[in-house]
Amino acid sequence: MNAPLPAPSYARTSGAAFILKKAVISALVAALLFSLMIGVRTEAGPQGNLIYWTRFGELASIVAIVFGGSIIIELLRQWIGPAGAGRLVPPWLQDATAVAGRWLTPALLAFTFLIPVIFYNERYILDLSILVLTYVMLGWGLNVVVGLAGLLDLGYVAFYAVGAYSYALLAQSGIPYPTFISEPPFVSVDFLQLGTWAFWVLLPVSGILAAFWGVLLGFPVLRLRGDYLAIVTLAFGEIIRLVLINWQSLTGGPNGVTGIPRPSFFGIPLTPGDDGLAAKLGIEFSPTHRIVFLFYVILALALLTNWVTIRLRRLPIGRAWEALREDEVACRALGINITTTKLTAFATGAMFGGFAGAFFATRQGFISPESFTFHESALVLAIVVLGGMGSQLGVALAALAMIGGFELFRGLDQYRMLVFGFAMVLLMIWRPRGLVGHRAPTVFLEKNQAISSDLVKEGHG
Amino acid sequence: MDYFAQQLINGLVLGSIYGLIAIGYTMVYGIVGMINFAHGDIFMIGGFIALISFLVLVSFGLTAVPVILLIMLLVAMAITALYGWTVERIAYRPLRHSFRLAPMLSAIGMSFILTNFSQVAQGARVKPIPPIITGGYTLHEGASGFNVQLSNIQIIVVATTVVLLALFTWLVSRTRLGRDMRACEQDQTMAALLGVDVDRTISFTFVIGAALAAVAGMMYLLYYGLVDFFMGFVAGIKAFTAAVLGGIGSLPGAMLGGLAIGLIETFWSAYFSVEYKDVAAFSILIVVLIFLPTGLLGRPEVEKV
Amino acid sequence: MSGPILAVDRLSMRFGGIVAVNELSFAAERRKITALIGPNGAGKTTVFNCITGFYKPTSGTIHLTHDDGSTIALERLNDFRISKQAKVARTFQNIRLFPGMTALENLMVAQHNALMRASGLTFLGLIGAPSWRQAEERAINLSTIWLRRVGLIDRADDAAGNLPYGDQRRLEIARAMCTEPALLCLDEPAAGLNARESGALSELLLSIRGEHGTSILLIEHDMSVVMEISDHVVVMDYGVKIAEGTPQHVRDDPKVIAAYLGADEQEAIAVMESGT
Repeated sequence: MNAPLPAPSYARTSGAAFILKKAVISALVAALLFSLMIGVRTEAGPQGNLIYWTRFGELASIVAIVFGGSIIIELLRQWIGPAGAGRLVPPWLQDATAVAGRWLTPALLAFTFLIPVIFYNERYILDLSILVLTYVMLGWGLNVVVGLAGLLDLGYVAFYAVGAYSYALLAQSGIPYPTFISEPPFVSVDFLQLGTWAFWVLLPVSGILAAFWGVLLGFPVLRLRGDYLAIVTLAFGEIIRLVLINWQSLTGGPNGVTGIPRPSFFGIPLTPGDDGLAAKLGIEFSPTHRIVFLFYVILALALLTNWVTIRLRRLPIGRAWEALREDEVACRALGINITTTKLTAFATGAMFGGFAGAFFATRQGFISPESFTFHESALVLAIVVLGGMGSQLGVALAALAMIGGFELFRGLDQYRMLVFGFAMVLLMIWRPRGLVGHRAPTVFLEKNQAISSDLVKEGHG
Repeated sequence: MDYFAQQLINGLVLGSIYGLIAIGYTMVYGIVGMINFAHGDIFMIGGFIALISFLVLVSFGLTAVPVILLIMLLVAMAITALYGWTVERIAYRPLRHSFRLAPMLSAIGMSFILTNFSQVAQGARVKPIPPIITGGYTLHEGASGFNVQLSNIQIIVVATTVVLLALFTWLVSRTRLGRDMRACEQDQTMAALLGVDVDRTISFTFVIGAALAAVAGMMYLLYYGLVDFFMGFVAGIKAFTAAVLGGIGSLPGAMLGGLAIGLIETFWSAYFSVEYKDVAAFSILIVVLIFLPTGLLGRPEVEKV
Repeated sequence: MSGPILAVDRLSMRFGGIVAVNELSFAAERRKITALIGPNGAGKTTVFNCITGFYKPTSGTIHLTHDDGSTIALERLNDFRISKQAKVARTFQNIRLFPGMTALENLMVAQHNALMRASGLTFLGLIGAPSWRQAEERAINLSTIWLRRVGLIDRADDAAGNLPYGDQRRLEIARAMCTEPALLCLDEPAAGLNARESGALSELLLSIRGEHGTSILLIEHDMSVVMEISDHVVVMDYGVKIAEGTPQHVRDDPKVIAAYLGADEQEAIAVMESGT
């Protein structure tokens, strides 16, 4: 009879000593890292020289927070166990959310339609909803590029900017067209003024210009892979912003473009005067009318984006996008022209970005290069990845979470990017596949069963 | 001709700074295959650490410039290296086997954290310091009164860069650590099977890259006399351009690329337009990646099907 | 139309200083199964990659002749055109399915070009035109036929990444056949299959040759499959052809035995003659 084996010792990984040791090391590292950056505060003094003062109190409290937080994280990690946070949710809750998921979309949609009705008097909520819907649309647009086709685009803001500026500039100057004159050079440019139809005429124009720009940008760079494609698109985004700032004669430079015409109700302006919509309908004018109208415009644009995306997924081009993401080499072996497939994904995403940009311009009435920084591209990309690439509902929920979350930090503007950065890091560590963990197949014989995200490739550009 | 010679000198100095940052990018890409988006901000942190340690040292009554500089250098390198180590441990190591976008987004998040941390911790205003190292040599007295000058600080920047580059090349080619790094670059799994501590080697790579970026930050501070919380973003992209231009994965290439970018930027500002100098740098990135994806000194990759 | 479907003439492929394939010439007969065998590192997959457009050959020609007599020079075509215009399909040594898509979706992707035309470059599809709907029906039908042929009809809606290994191999072949190729190139289709599965594979390939009249070129290490189904065998070693002929002829060729054993030819002959 063998002696029983000694009980395995877990002391190394679970003991209080271990946790304490980790916490002390973390605190020590924090102390070193923050010793100068937090402990000492520099500032340009009154005579232009640099002065400083110490903040040891704050340093001490940060180190203490790191110490305490480290302990908490270790305890959490051991409580949750190696299987990960997935086990946190009990099976009955998981099933319940699956059932709920089915009517979540229609419920959310119905609620969204009724927002202006419910919150008619809360200007703040209406403005916030318009902002959220704008980012939902941007997310759905970028989703085509990143989520469906797997192309890493870090410069999506460029198309947003092209859409916004083309609308703003063309609305002000009118659409240029050539006319013939009797003296050299025999051709001159005249401008067609658009009046109250400006937005509706220029909306598709902005989309087309953005798509065209997407093809122009995409053509030389789309054969780059992964990280390289990402940084090149980032470079493009920055170039656009720099050109917008510096080409003052065209774009107004850092001052931007002001006095951008507001959208009309299909030709009838939303103004207080006698030719306004309110007068025509015989109701009292209120500035809320325009806000409500803008809300429904962006809702319609977003739903259009959604509808087109869903349709395209079921068409050969959409399936080719997803196949491209799954395995580019196999696509080539099946006779699919990779270059045109990538270009169409890029151009389609760019087009939606352009629409969103035109809307943004008309909503604000004023645009400047400051609205089109890399932070925007990163934000939209985070929305797409957080949402679970390729999932329409996921992207919408992610946009709601991110923009809503940002709003909560309204008062603490300085810390917003800090929190955003932390959120991104934490999300990637915890749930890199995003909120929605599955992909819906586009055609099926018998069973329409969702495919787990673990199987879905993320693409290499 | 004198103007040209001056721009040449200025460009080489700027290029040395870019080269130091570029080495960090190229090493990290070589060993873990990711673009460390936060590296530019590590450079910025290095500049800040150098600045703050300078202030503290001066306030302690130290006046010997070489001593101050040496301590600044060591402190900046040490603490910034720690930043690099921490960033890798927190944001990249857990994601090493995750899918491709995860470390990239994590890096972007880390970049935002560092930038904003600097902004919050030290205020958003640019921080100027008086010139620490003054004086120099007039190389050539021009006819129209324009002299070609070589300042002491310029000499120091280039000299420091050369010394560090030599030290570093020795490290990579002669030491055990360097060999481990090259092994991990080629095949991580095999290196691990052969007893190389992959985690530690990767950490070292980040640490060394951060230390060099810190030196670049300090050089930048000494040369331009200021730091600000946003300087990492643009410098980072330019340094990455340099790494790509020189051939990603190649150390001499990174320095070569850095010098090239520094020269191009300086000449562009001098002869064309200052406002668009960043556009020039970014355009080079695009042009290089399209036409010369393996860079000047890189190795072409054959696709395995 | 008689004459070989594929004529490879003095094909050479260099990677820097390494010569992977050296002046290789062989022909694959129409509506027959040709096997390309040889020890590891002989250059077989390199030849495949040259034929299917993933590598540009350093020198030499690869001519594909269709049933109607038209000839295409494959060495000059881009990768996707080889499938699209020359009607050459291939499978891969390490299976390359679309793991996040269902089996049915995988087969639908294979019919991309036909469906793109039918959808009017997407526009007819967007508006739901009847001609598009019919084309989609036809594509689903073809996919269903092939799923049945390879015995995967019950798993049509399962994710390809979830399928067992043997099923994945068969799905890849079905996907290649959905492009309706004239020449099917298979890179080690029997790798990792057990005896029963290889038997089923052999049957499948024989039926593809017989019923569809598709010519097949395959790389294979599994000698039972090679012996059973090949009409013609080409043996490579170190980038050159060392033997070719019927399976029986090649099996008894001392050069071939020597190559596989790593011995030289004289030793092989001695071993064979001594009867051991």
